[in-house]
Amino acid sequence: MDSETAVVEQKPHHHPGYGETRHHFENAAQQKDASTIGMWVFLLTELMFFGGMFMAYFVYRQWYPIAFASASNKTNLWLGAFNTTVLICSSLTMALGVHAASMGKKKLLILFLFLTLVLGGAFLGVKGYEYHDKWVHHEVPGAHFDCEDCKDAAHAPLFFSLYFGMTGLHASHMIIGFGILLVLIWQAYKGKFTSKWYTPIEMFGLYWHFVDIVWIFLFPLLYLIDRSGRGLH
Amino acid sequence: MITATAPLKEKKNYINAEAGLKSWLLTQDHKRIAILYLIAVTAFFMVGGLMAALIRIELATPAGDLLDSNTYNKVFTMHGVIMVFFFLIPSIPAILGNFLLPLMIGAKDLAFPRINLISWYIYMLGGLCGVIVLLSGGVDTGWTFYTPFSSTYSNGYVVLTALAAFINGFSSILTGLNFIVTVHRMRAPGMTWFRLPLFVWAHYATSIIMILGTPVIAVTLFLLMLERGLHIGFFDPAYGGDPVLFQHLFWFYSHPAVYIMILPSMGVISEVVSTFCSKKPFGYTFIAFSSLAIAVFGFLVWGHHLFVSSQSAYAGMVFSILSFIVAIPSAIKVFNWTATMYKGSVRLDTPMLYALGFIGLFTIGGLTGLFLAAMGLDVHLTDTYFVIAHFHYVMVGGAILGYLAGIHFWWPKITGRMYPEGWSKIAAGLTFVGFNLTFFPQFILGYMGMPRRYHVYPPEFQVFNVLSSAGATVLGLGFLIPGIYLIWSLKYGKVAGPNPWGATGLEWQTSSPPPTENFEITPVVTTEAYDYAALAAREQMQEVTRLG
Repeated sequence: MDSETAVVEQKPHHHPGYGETRHHFENAAQQKDASTIGMWVFLLTELMFFGGMFMAYFVYRQWYPIAFASASNKTNLWLGAFNTTVLICSSLTMALGVHAASMGKKKLLILFLFLTLVLGGAFLGVKGYEYHDKWVHHEVPGAHFDCEDCKDAAHAPLFFSLYFGMTGLHASHMIIGFGILLVLIWQAYKGKFTSKWYTPIEMFGLYWHFVDIVWIFLFPLLYLIDRSGRGLH
Repeated sequence: MITATAPLKEKKNYINAEAGLKSWLLTQDHKRIAILYLIAVTAFFMVGGLMAALIRIELATPAGDLLDSNTYNKVFTMHGVIMVFFFLIPSIPAILGNFLLPLMIGAKDLAFPRINLISWYIYMLGGLCGVIVLLSGGVDTGWTFYTPFSSTYSNGYVVLTALAAFINGFSSILTGLNFIVTVHRMRAPGMTWFRLPLFVWAHYATSIIMILGTPVIAVTLFLLMLERGLHIGFFDPAYGGDPVLFQHLFWFYSHPAVYIMILPSMGVISEVVSTFCSKKPFGYTFIAFSSLAIAVFGFLVWGHHLFVSSQSAYAGMVFSILSFIVAIPSAIKVFNWTATMYKGSVRLDTPMLYALGFIGLFTIGGLTGLFLAAMGLDVHLTDTYFVIAHFHYVMVGGAILGYLAGIHFWWPKITGRMYPEGWSKIAAGLTFVGFNLTFFPQFILGYMGMPRRYHVYPPEFQVFNVLSSAGATVLGLGFLIPGIYLIWSLKYGKVAGPNPWGATGLEWQTSSPPPTENFEITPVVTTEAYDYAALAAREQMQEVTRLG
């Protein structure tokens, strides 16, 4: 009996270091596999999160096509197009960053993460300028709202509510991504990532691409569709 | 299923592994996090229950003598918000699911222990917002937050309440995400999908709803907060917004959410019925797939909440038919549990008493749901006490009895102690009697036409309201007694041993309470779930070894 109780003696709880396989996984492959599935499931929840707003957009676009076509002229096409380009480029730099991480090239990784950060920041800056512009031109829904030259002006606020709601939710994802990028750059600088273990870089890459894809849908929906209003005649 | 034999002497377990408040608040052990949830969820249950008590005291007389109408609106709103978002949704998944899922599949922990802890803190943050609302004067929109009342006219703290539910939603999403990845990637060798206990299947189905539904309520509440707080409107009819769109978005989550509340209970009942009949559940695969079917069909029935809104009659018909269809997988479960008991030697221990209560009351709750899914009848019954009675038969008679069955069933595993058998049977009896006395009269009230959410009513309704309030007192006692004896049992309860019920799951093959790592040796699974013959053979072997 005594020998049996001795076996029962437990090891003190082991806290593994950053990037080591944690105690409840069998091996590193299982851990990475779990992270990857977890990230995809998370992106699925994000899809549903944005989905509710897209639903609202489709309903109202269908109901008030004139108001939406007319109000979409108030968006700044060139700034929107510029921002789309910026985001696509940032997806490229992020993908290159993941590749650099998989090759174990620390300096290149930091460079690409930094470029992604700069491009993300540029997007947010332009977005902020656009918001400011809307505010100045009384295009923010509320008591301040005034859209004299909008067609079907009574329903125009819905377009701008959706514009701010959808781009705002998107921008908040960009801001969170910006913050995570700062952390990742710091960790990369500290040499936390190796060619064997760079899961956070890869997972963040998935997140960043997802946020980009949301914008790829937002840009045509808010800036482009029937901007000329020709479809209404 | 083969595992290491249980040790014979007191040993380190997850409770005594580390001491001090900090070791609990910073723990990443799924079992300890389950205990954190247990404490928090119980606290919210008591607050929500207090609100229910105020409602029933007020309704004992036809006049509004205890609460004025504004206060009454706030009381039933807080009852709904707290019970739905802070009790029913997290109760079984976050407490029992958290504790048991890794144990049942032979894992050392959930896939993401840190995220698990974070989800508890998110829950507490949402709860804090709820408590602030409560202390600063409450909110009067009802738990459904219908616009334009909530967005424009309400005088309560709508934004903060919506924020509380919004934040809490992320806790639910992270729990669901954690469960899904855990079931996919953390199963022990030999634990195939069709060897999973039905409790795990139920939680897997629940998690699917959590990750697909909860984000939609989150964005709906986000839109509501923008509209109310910043006047960035989406539902305001003043400029063409549609309040019914809010109802669609709200129920797209909130109807599946009732399956978040009931599916885990069904998982508990499958385990309890099998154990106390010592029989493999009749139709294992049917029960497993019916959970998934409920999760899938549950997403397609939300429109039955909108029969009397502006929804088209054709949409109504489709939603009506789909609502009838979703009853099929629920009925499959009821038939299978009953068939499991048929010709079994049923042991009437307390968890089984609760399970029997569940089967009867859930059946009534489910069948009255069909009344409400029939469009013509629903026009008469909408917004009456019939709906309240139906909902509570499913949520209290179903979800809470399932929760209590589970708490009693796994209490010896969680704490290592038995609860007092006599008292627990008295409590189970009181709960059953009190519950029926509370809610059955409400079916009649609703059919007679008493509307919900009013604190003043015509005197002819008083008899049934007095019966209901009397029943609520008994029900309250039925909930209070377990609270007392379960705490008592922590110190004075009989030591339970690893497998007091003769159950087959992996969780019963480790010691009670389990060690931090759950199993000393990762179990290797070689047989189907619920193989009572294998369990008996193994116990005989152990007996022989010990005597020899």
